[in-house]
Amino acid sequence: MAEAASARWEPVIGLEIHVQLRTRTKMFCGCALSFGDEPNVHTCPVCLGHPGTLPTANEQAIHYALQIAAALGCEVAPRSIFHRKNYFYPDLPKGYQISQYDIPLASGGRLGDVRVHRVHLEEDAAKLTHVGESGRIHGSGASLVDFNRGGTPLVEIVTEPDLRDAAAAREWAQLLRTTLRRLGVSDVNMEEGSLRVDANVSVRPAGEEELGTKAELKNMNSFRFLERGINAEIARQVELLEGGGKVEQETLHFDPRSGALTPLRSKEYAHDYRYFPEPDLVPLAPTAEMISAATESLPELPEARRERYRDELGLPEAAAIQLANDAAAGDYFERVLAHAEGVEAKVAANWLTNELTAAVREAEDGSEPEPEVFARLVVMVATGKVSHAVGKQILGTIVAEGGDPEELAAGFESDTDIGEIVDRAIAAEPEAAEKVRAGEMRAIGPLVGAVMKETRGAADGGEVTRLIREKLGA
Amino acid sequence: MSEILELTAAGALEKIGAGELSGDEVFDAWAQAASGDDLGAYLWRAEPGDRPAPGLAGGDGGDGPRELGGLPIAVKDIFCTEGIETTAGSRILEGYRPPYTSTAVRRLAEAGARVLGKTNMDEFAMGSSNENSGYGEVRNPWDRERVPGGSSGGSAAAVAGGLAPWAIGTDTGGSIRQPAALCGIVGMKPTYGAVSRYGMIAFASSLDQCGPLTRDVTDAALLLRVLEGRDPCDSTSTGIEGGVELPTREDLSGLRFGVPRELAEEGIEPGVRAVFERTVALVEELGGEVTETALPHAPHGISAYYVIAPAEASANLARYDGVRFGPRAEAGDLTAMYERTRAAGFGPEVKRRIMLGTYALSSGYYDAYYGQAQRVRTKIADDFRAAFESFDFVITPTSPTVAFELGERTDDPLAMYLSDYCTVPMPLAGIPAISIPAGLAAPEGGAEGGVELPVGFQIAGPAYSETRILDAAHALERAIGFDARPAR
Amino acid sequence: MIDRDQVLHVARLARLELSEDEVERMSGELSGILDHVDKIAELDLSDTEPTDHVVALENVLRPDEPRPSLPRERALESAPDPDDGAFRVPSPQA
Ligand SMILES: [Mg+2]
Ligand SMILES: [Zn+2]
Repeated sequence: MAEAASARWEPVIGLEIHVQLRTRTKMFCGCALSFGDEPNVHTCPVCLGHPGTLPTANEQAIHYALQIAAALGCEVAPRSIFHRKNYFYPDLPKGYQISQYDIPLASGGRLGDVRVHRVHLEEDAAKLTHVGESGRIHGSGASLVDFNRGGTPLVEIVTEPDLRDAAAAREWAQLLRTTLRRLGVSDVNMEEGSLRVDANVSVRPAGEEELGTKAELKNMNSFRFLERGINAEIARQVELLEGGGKVEQETLHFDPRSGALTPLRSKEYAHDYRYFPEPDLVPLAPTAEMISAATESLPELPEARRERYRDELGLPEAAAIQLANDAAAGDYFERVLAHAEGVEAKVAANWLTNELTAAVREAEDGSEPEPEVFARLVVMVATGKVSHAVGKQILGTIVAEGGDPEELAAGFESDTDIGEIVDRAIAAEPEAAEKVRAGEMRAIGPLVGAVMKETRGAADGGEVTRLIREKLGA
Repeated sequence: MSEILELTAAGALEKIGAGELSGDEVFDAWAQAASGDDLGAYLWRAEPGDRPAPGLAGGDGGDGPRELGGLPIAVKDIFCTEGIETTAGSRILEGYRPPYTSTAVRRLAEAGARVLGKTNMDEFAMGSSNENSGYGEVRNPWDRERVPGGSSGGSAAAVAGGLAPWAIGTDTGGSIRQPAALCGIVGMKPTYGAVSRYGMIAFASSLDQCGPLTRDVTDAALLLRVLEGRDPCDSTSTGIEGGVELPTREDLSGLRFGVPRELAEEGIEPGVRAVFERTVALVEELGGEVTETALPHAPHGISAYYVIAPAEASANLARYDGVRFGPRAEAGDLTAMYERTRAAGFGPEVKRRIMLGTYALSSGYYDAYYGQAQRVRTKIADDFRAAFESFDFVITPTSPTVAFELGERTDDPLAMYLSDYCTVPMPLAGIPAISIPAGLAAPEGGAEGGVELPVGFQIAGPAYSETRILDAAHALERAIGFDARPAR
Repeated sequence: MIDRDQVLHVARLARLELSEDEVERMSGELSGILDHVDKIAELDLSDTEPTDHVVALENVLRPDEPRPSLPRERALESAPDPDDGAFRVPSPQA
């Protein structure tokens, strides 16, 4: 029944992301950014909205925003201006937020399969904490305002409604986070609020072009919650529409504890932000130098890296995604490749994503070796200097205690030329060798046994089998 | 001591430089005079013997004589002064002591000036009569039943009434020039961006400019020279390239003056017109060439101004919400707290403009009001640009009338707004203009043989032409020889 | 013409409590001012760009260098209801 209903409706999802930039100072004043400090220790007359104060725009925030725009393939507006967005709220000291309106910094980009509608700069609000009954006024609650966060530079990214299910929304948001992390422009921490993902969700009859009425979902402070919240909202809307009801345009607040979506009481009894150009700031007209400073400093981004790993280096999709999405692992991989001459990239990737990960997991407080060291080990295995099994043992030692792969390999001297041992075994068992050569694979046993005997069991059975077959052309 | 009070600031500086007077003597003489304020000009005054000005960086000695040599200065209460109550004439800032000092006052202090007092003003600079102050009206020293003009009425009355040697104020639609005209002193609005707005409580951010109110043109130049300059705290500030030179000019030969018929004929009362025409004749006598010109969109200045300024003000005044500073009206819920705090703190004119501005920006009206007003603004700027292709300056009366009676226009907001008819186009275009006293005239319909009141003559020039305007004004000032003083 | 409902709507947007008297007066005064202002609506300025800034400046930016913040006592000095290092307000959710 539920299955049938969901097949009749197509979800349409767009995301609105706020990214706190990792500048040293706030967007419009010289107060240092902070997280988790005592309340109201990073404020000044400007970010407290004192009379007579004026905003001054942070150069680095603009640079970061331009980098984000470039990373998302957006077109930068030749001239954009700041606007005032007017509404009253205690976390908004001036009674307006400085934001961008009809001409955003950049627009019309794409990341993955999702089009990016716009990218603009604005300032964050302060932190408001509800503290319950005040005791002084009967029946009323009170809140405390901490302006430390107020004025933190924010980049707002709005997508087109190109997503069709919650899992895809989550995946895309993760790709965006990885991209931003790779840029180094933000801490992109959802729990701490440096990355905030809101979702606009609507459903429409399958096959229909026209969009349904959307609801805005807020406060999903993890990727899991993002997916859960969107799924819950899709289900709610489908049920509502199936029952002949109508979706109201509203803002819903996700409660992580219950997983419930509750309507937010609107900030203004009527939304009318009365946007107008901010007279205290002059237009932003990014120069060729500003734009090239942003684009030239771009690292290889996850999407491009994934494609290159998959298409040029021949990595399996899973490994390509893993190494592209984890900037640190990806960079490690790059350095391994640089030092592992002659080794196939997919072999190196396999060693990195499987053996090294496993070795680090197993060791109590092990640490991964320098990529150059790791690369030497991979080369030794790939050229048959040591067997796969011995390589794993050496890696375990290096991760746990450190050490040099060549020196450690000396302890497995007898295996160093496993190829010679295989040759000797073939010479010693000519009958078995002949049968294997003729395709009778069951006959391989004595050959493997001879190698294992000579290596006192240290050789990797699989590897030995492979080598025997290789040498016998079977 | 009375001899000190006769000196212009430049005159006092000369004597200080010659060792005939000390900065302290001058300061104390003026502090003594200011203590006799019976015009309502001051909201806060220093006492004789106070030194340096409390809470102001750079107020004390330093090495050797500085540009402004310890002279006192009256400061409009719209400028934040650390530790000194700053209210912008509003009850919503009663008791507010800013945690910082405005750039303009800091520059003055660094040049060696000392704050003599904070002057009364129309609440948040909204007014043309100084009757909108939350702390009582200011009276015109020429006739105490009349207004001094506004919104820098306290600064103008203090200088004209012998309570301060000079002062600073702010001009948004005429708030320096109009009170200067009505009080018989010099007032100048510099090019937008010439003087930093940091620490100057905002009324209409795209129009507000700080400027001098002085006894003569030389003093205005002396002050502006210290005030102007690019300030990293104000993104819209530019300073004046090449600075400001002290005026020396004694004739006007070779200079071309345009008289825009839209601002010099209709609506100008006969007495003002007579003085204006006499002054135009003097300009010609000094060798200036005077021709009629047109500023076709200038008559729409008031309409554009009364959309743009209230719109910006409605946002600028949103910060007075009872959360971080200022008084709060207690209420159980947040919206009621906001609404009552603001209802109790703002006066009627401020409420009117907040309403007007909020309406003009509200959904469905933005383009018809705000958008259209900003297009008119473009047209007015274009008109001036065209005029300055043929003329060095545009000249007009500063105010259509002499000082009017207290209460005369308080019930008619529109009539009050029209007081700014001749001064509004310049800030809309961002250009500088000065008003100098040109003579006395009887008010229209005034009794025969009644009091005569000052008339101002306005000279406007292209952006950053301050030095040239001051030079021309200086030559004309000498020729006019205005030496009337209000009776004390 | 601005009627009573519009006055009340705008007053709510602007967070201004108006007395009955003020609502009445505001309606008349605003209508009078807007009648005058409306004259500019008659001008055909469709080809004219609205002014957004009178100074021809662009890209006035500040280096990302921290400046000292206010000591917390100073930040809270003027607050009508300081509480435990923060600014206390009636709760918006009340
Ligand atoms: Mg936003
Ligand atoms: Zn700050």
